[in-house]
Amino acid sequence: MNKRRIALWFTFLIVLGLGGLLAGICLGSVNIPLIEVASSLFGAGSDNSTHSSIVLEFRLPRTLTAALAGAALAVSGLMMQTVFRNPLADPFVLGVNSGASLGVAIALLVLGPGGIVLASQTPLSGSLLVVVAATIGAGASLGLILLLSSRVDVMSLLILGLMISYGVSSIVSILIYHSMADRLQVFFNWSFGSFGAVTLRQLGLFCLVVLLGLVSSVLLVKRLDAFLLGERYAKTLGLNVGVSRLAILGCASLLAGVVTGFCGPIGFIGIAAPHICRYLFRTSEHWILLPGAILMGGLVGLVADILARAPGLEATLPLNSVTALIGVPVIVAALLKQRNYQRIFGE
Amino acid sequence: MSNRSPALEARSVSIGYKESRRSVADNLSLKLESGEFVSLLGPNGVGKSTLIRTLAGIDEPKGGEILLNGYRLLDMAPKERARRVSVVLTDSLPGTMLSVYSLVALGRHPYTGLAGRLSTDDRARVDWAIDTMGIQNLATRRFGEISDGEKQKALIARALAQEAKVLLLDEPTAFVDLPRRVEIVNILRELAHYQELAVLASSHDLELSLSCADKLWLMDSEGSLTTGIPEDLALRGSIAKLFSGDFFQWDSESGGFQVRGKPGRFVRITGQGEAFHWARRALERIGFGSRHSEKAELEITVSSDANGDPLYQAVFSGLPKSFTMLEDLIGWIRGTEKSDTLL
Repeated sequence: MNKRRIALWFTFLIVLGLGGLLAGICLGSVNIPLIEVASSLFGAGSDNSTHSSIVLEFRLPRTLTAALAGAALAVSGLMMQTVFRNPLADPFVLGVNSGASLGVAIALLVLGPGGIVLASQTPLSGSLLVVVAATIGAGASLGLILLLSSRVDVMSLLILGLMISYGVSSIVSILIYHSMADRLQVFFNWSFGSFGAVTLRQLGLFCLVVLLGLVSSVLLVKRLDAFLLGERYAKTLGLNVGVSRLAILGCASLLAGVVTGFCGPIGFIGIAAPHICRYLFRTSEHWILLPGAILMGGLVGLVADILARAPGLEATLPLNSVTALIGVPVIVAALLKQRNYQRIFGE
Repeated sequence: MSNRSPALEARSVSIGYKESRRSVADNLSLKLESGEFVSLLGPNGVGKSTLIRTLAGIDEPKGGEILLNGYRLLDMAPKERARRVSVVLTDSLPGTMLSVYSLVALGRHPYTGLAGRLSTDDRARVDWAIDTMGIQNLATRRFGEISDGEKQKALIARALAQEAKVLLLDEPTAFVDLPRRVEIVNILRELAHYQELAVLASSHDLELSLSCADKLWLMDSEGSLTTGIPEDLALRGSIAKLFSGDFFQWDSESGGFQVRGKPGRFVRITGQGEAFHWARRALERIGFGSRHSEKAELEITVSSDANGDPLYQAVFSGLPKSFTMLEDLIGWIRGTEKSDTLL
């Protein structure tokens, strides 16, 4: 892969990404003329205040959230795949999403019926409650895993993450089993995932945390490269393996956690986007893959969001189904074309 | 030179897994000097890999201390250690779509900044490492797509790019065919001799080690180490003791192994030259000892015919016969043996 081809692909991805952003803002169930979209965005005011508020308060935050969440999940997945040296690792291998879902389940199914907050009757405080609960849940599972990470080797950590996920999920199942139908609907809505839950007011915080995570991940590029050869080689390259692993897993889990907190557990972007990048750029080097994953993840997020909104139809689709329906054919096509798992995902 | 500290020194070091209380080997005291190529030999499972990992600072010793140029290895900052010791391990490298050049360039990590960007010096060193291993033509190929022998060369180049004066290799010639094995060992030896590196390589290839290594470290199943130059160790019987088993024995005279013959069957073989040597080998392979010829039941005279081709004249069970090919000779002996037992 020569430098010119890489540059060409990056330019292509950036153009597609910008196009996706534009499409995300322009498309939706309400048909708004392009000129009105532009005037709303650039503060000129619109003749139609409903249209203006749809663009600014719903579509803009939703589209930015989709791009940032996609990028965050892709980078998180890439880092997990590198550290665990496992092409099937995704942002949630360490149980961040199950921790978040336990938080949400407790908030909606246990605290809610107890009369503390009536989420379904007060939408704004309800959505904030979900974000806070998911973030606390994700943070708790992240803290537990990082605590364990210095005690065991990397493969044991993967298995521990899996076990924690199973355990936590079964607690969630118990809560679901004993809950009322109307509460369950709110919980299931969260678990389907959506980029639309982030309000304009929450957007600033969401952007800040995601950008913080992305910048940290860029600073970890050299350490990630060292991990390509495994932890023993990494150590002989002068890397403090324990600290580096903690930093990488912490950064990856922060990104996955914040996205899960605000948007629900969104599958497949984190596993598919890094693979598409490896396939495109034919390399394992992170100075190419990481920016590539940011662009590709953002793009996949935008496309998934637009499809989930099902423009032209009177319905919306669950985001998680859309991301899977985008991701699965990509991986399947790549596998069929190469006929060899190893040639796509590395030796 | 003589009063300088050795490149790498182990003082009563115990090695073993951190989790288990038992150590693999105790009280190892060793010196690896600059400019020497040492081959670490021993049966499987005696702890050669553990020793190499411990000397490299990957595994912690269970006791004793390891010194690098007189400095304690464990007190050294990781980056400093990485500039002094580089390794080639047997760890597999899954999930890597790195090009060979990028793999070798990873060796520059202890020298590059936060972003890992290569300076002109770094690139020169990477190029030198690639040239030294003779893999210029592989530089743009992906590591996963090259042969086992080429992979080993790429991994050694990566270690060389690290610019460390101590190079530790765990079985660098495993899974590599013979010509390339010789080539790799030769390069390692030249690196020791001309670049003043201290090179330690574990190996299963005794004959190659005997002919190329400056020193041997022999590790036995009790975890004790015997060191010395190959010839001394051969003469003292250390090699025979370490490797001889039920099925083969070390032949100090030829410097190789022989499959043990069935007891009580001997050949008297006379002649000279290559044909004589290979005829003896062939007979030993099918179980005829040639040392106690007074008990011989088979007599072979190796000479040459008018064209200078070898001629083997044999007498077995009172029957004389001549052959020009060893295959026919061996076939005849086997056939005669079989009819003897049938009678």
